Amino acid sequence: MKLSHVFRVFVVLALFVAQVVQAEQITPVKSEVAADNALLLNELISARSTSDKKNLINLIANSNFPQRAKVLSALQDGDLYYTKADEQLVYAFSHPDGYQITSVIDGENLGVIGSRKVRKISINNELRTVLRGVLAELSLRSEDVFVRLSAAKDLIRSPSPEFLYAIERAKAVEVNEKVLASLNIATAMINLNSEEQVLRLDAIEAFRGTLDSDAMSILAAMQLKDSEGNYLEQDDLVRESAAAVLSEMRGEAEMYKLVENVFFGLSLGSVLLLTAVGLAITFGVMGVINMAHGEMMMLGAYTTYVIQLLMPNYIDYSIVVAIPAAFLVSGLVGIVIERGVIRHLYGRPLETLLATFGVSLILQQAVRSIFSPLNKSVSAPSWLSGSWEINGALSLTYNRLYIIIFSLVVLLMLVFLLKKTFVGLQMRAVTQNRAMANSMGIRTGWVDALTFGLGSGIAGIAGVALSQLTNVGPNLGQSYIIDSFMVVVFGGVGNLFGTFFAAMSLGVANKFLEPFAGAVLAKIFVLVFIILFIQWRPRGLFALKGRSVED
Amino acid sequence: MKSPKSIKAFAKHSSIVLAAATLSLSASIAQAADTIKVGVLHSLSGTMAISETTLKDTVLMLIEDQNKKGGILGKKLEAVVVDPASNWPLFAEKAKELLDKDKVDVIFGCWTSVSRKSVLPVIEELNGLMFYPVQYEGEESSKNVFYTGAAPNQQAIPAVDYLMSEAGGSVKRWVLAGTDYVYPRTTNKILESYLKSKGVAEKDIMINYTPFGHSDWQTIVSDIKKFGSQGKKTAVVSTINGDANVPFYKELANQGMSAEDIPVVAFSVGEEELSGFDTGPLVGHLAAWNYFMSADAEVNDEFIDKWIAYIGDDKRVTNDPMEATYIGFNMWVKAVEKAKTTDVDKVSAALIGISVPNLTGGVATMLPNHHLTKPVLIGEIQENGQFDIVWQTEGAVPGDAWTDFLPESAKLIADWQDPKIMCGNYNTETKKCSGQNY
Repeated sequence: MKLSHVFRVFVVLALFVAQVVQAEQITPVKSEVAADNALLLNELISARSTSDKKNLINLIANSNFPQRAKVLSALQDGDLYYTKADEQLVYAFSHPDGYQITSVIDGENLGVIGSRKVRKISINNELRTVLRGVLAELSLRSEDVFVRLSAAKDLIRSPSPEFLYAIERAKAVEVNEKVLASLNIATAMINLNSEEQVLRLDAIEAFRGTLDSDAMSILAAMQLKDSEGNYLEQDDLVRESAAAVLSEMRGEAEMYKLVENVFFGLSLGSVLLLTAVGLAITFGVMGVINMAHGEMMMLGAYTTYVIQLLMPNYIDYSIVVAIPAAFLVSGLVGIVIERGVIRHLYGRPLETLLATFGVSLILQQAVRSIFSPLNKSVSAPSWLSGSWEINGALSLTYNRLYIIIFSLVVLLMLVFLLKKTFVGLQMRAVTQNRAMANSMGIRTGWVDALTFGLGSGIAGIAGVALSQLTNVGPNLGQSYIIDSFMVVVFGGVGNLFGTFFAAMSLGVANKFLEPFAGAVLAKIFVLVFIILFIQWRPRGLFALKGRSVED
Repeated sequence: MKSPKSIKAFAKHSSIVLAAATLSLSASIAQAADTIKVGVLHSLSGTMAISETTLKDTVLMLIEDQNKKGGILGKKLEAVVVDPASNWPLFAEKAKELLDKDKVDVIFGCWTSVSRKSVLPVIEELNGLMFYPVQYEGEESSKNVFYTGAAPNQQAIPAVDYLMSEAGGSVKRWVLAGTDYVYPRTTNKILESYLKSKGVAEKDIMINYTPFGHSDWQTIVSDIKKFGSQGKKTAVVSTINGDANVPFYKELANQGMSAEDIPVVAFSVGEEELSGFDTGPLVGHLAAWNYFMSADAEVNDEFIDKWIAYIGDDKRVTNDPMEATYIGFNMWVKAVEKAKTTDVDKVSAALIGISVPNLTGGVATMLPNHHLTKPVLIGEIQENGQFDIVWQTEGAVPGDAWTDFLPESAKLIADWQDPKIMCGNYNTETKKCSGQNY
């Protein structure tokens, strides 16, 4: 076992030497180069240990194989396989009947093969770090600014002295400031490990004001002591200047942490707002305690799932289509529930509560029967993934950012509908004085159904947003129903502005409590606070005034 | 706030009555002449249905298969399926019903530790026999239960060892994140004391608990990132359970916390959980189990083919608790054949020492403490929702009922074979059984 390893490494080294020699010859024989590269690549199949593979990756990166970047990025992405039968290195992409494979060496299309007939060239996290660096070096000269920027950022995270030359060369021709800044940090990261004190001090100085988290981590590592109490970093001057820069960076990062916390709070608040605003209509405006409200969200989330099934090639647009679709599906189901059940129970809140709870169980089990009890996977469109990096210490995730905006848009549209349109006027009239509205010629039954449908439809829209944050499964609704009622009651029944204010303040309060108290206790504190608050102001933050309150 | 709860309680009661009614009906129809009855006690509705339904199907498949081979001792097997509906007290009632009314010879069931703890008194009182197929926190050995899932020393400890090793990235700083209930709390207690025994300082361990179904992970992920940027290699050991994993991993991906920087090793995330979401951004995060669907063994290929054919959906996956169910079932069949009876005491005695093949190409042996020998595998999440096995223990690890890393448990052993001991909690210092098996 050991011997064969040694032998293999020896073969690889021999090949490498051969290549270097060849590269120096002025006219290398083309076919021989190809043959050597093929041999080198095929070593990937037999290499087992991490260190063997690491050597191979570096050899391939430095080889003259024209498609080395493609091979290495396929390795990084897990698309590099070999056939079990004849041990041929292939690119494999999934296909309904297994894998579509192409030969790596000569690019020949080898057709489709069963998934058990090929095996992946496996890599681990250590190798991924190596590959990240190697690939970044290769793409530093790309035409695309974004590719260069991400390459520069990757180099910060995989610093290694052999990249120094390539970085310096890239810096000489780089015009984009952001890329240049990242390249400077990458150089500093590498120079930090150099032998010369001057270089190291310069490197530390280069971190000042950057807020890069990898830089902070490496500076913090310099302050550590070993088990005998001696500093790991023996150069006092370097260590002290590192400590100074680090404390400056940390102080600034702490400030951004506060901003980040507010953002987290607002985003939690906007999720609460989305889930509660539909309820603010059915419970707040109509006075119906709808326990099936959560299931309306669940239906909205499943609608998103079905839409994605229907348009698998347009995932990026599926969410946009899903919003009106979910509104319609949940809204229609809401109207059916109102006409079928709730209509007969107006003025009997306890019975309504029981009946809608029954409806919620029926809907859950129906979804279990149709879609199976397993969670369904809803993919995130690319524009909802990742985060917006403002600086090293502050980055806001896109999905949360869009949900904050989305919830505000939904709220404004709802306010507009209720306050500025004829339908809204009718809705308000019916809820304020049913008998009078009826005698003025408004079809109150029809308006009731429409109002309930509107509230349910908005719950459906909330479901679309939730499908991007959490599981799409039969239990989705249950986990949000309590929170929604909490927000509506806290904000003041029948007041949309109260709902908005309650959702946001509960969200921010929760997020500021969480770091001190932990997620479990934070939730309990918020609940206790609301119970006490309701004792003090039974009608919530913004109670409605006037005659309609008296009932 | 109050009323919904009472309604829920009411609904639960009515569903119990209903379920009982339908069950007695079905039982009276299925009064087969001479069969061996196998009870299946897995939730088919409620929160745990997502995980447990699969195990019910696995048992039914194994029974069908055994019947094709002619049953056991010349008798056919008959499944009695009940639905405890993810309701812990209902587990005890259903177990009682299975043993008292249906007179089943063996039960395969439970998933969460709290459901198992609720079934234990019933099954001990009525002298039933149960196989429990899920990895758990240990600290237990009942005369009537055989634990075919992993004990902490067969999952948590080796996973931490791997991360501390060079191949795992020489991790020095640890985040123990879990859902707030008995399994994560006990496991983290064991891990904390293990890490300290390995010289990890108190300030290098961060422990965090979240409620069931937690969906807003922003602050916690951001805290983990901060904790990880203190200059030492950091890893997250996750005992986060069930549904909460999807939003957790989504947040990890969105905040750009990649596996190369801070790897997460999970004890409750398997192939089935991954099939619920897009694993692209999670490549490289880890899980520790005793079985992965990607295990390279002929017996595994056969099992997968059989499962896909049985369930009729080639997208369905297999997972570790299914393997544990498979091992438990085969052990029980072998023990019944060896004892030539289904009598609980005789089968229990026959079970100890029995070996059957596991699905990773090795052999599982039932130990006197009612736990198994198991290989421990570390898998990396792949793009296709499968795991790539990156490390495994040499040979199988024997399950330890009482952990060696908590002072009060270290002196306890379980032995149901040695006539001088015959209990699940023998104190090696006082030479006595405490009588408290769990």
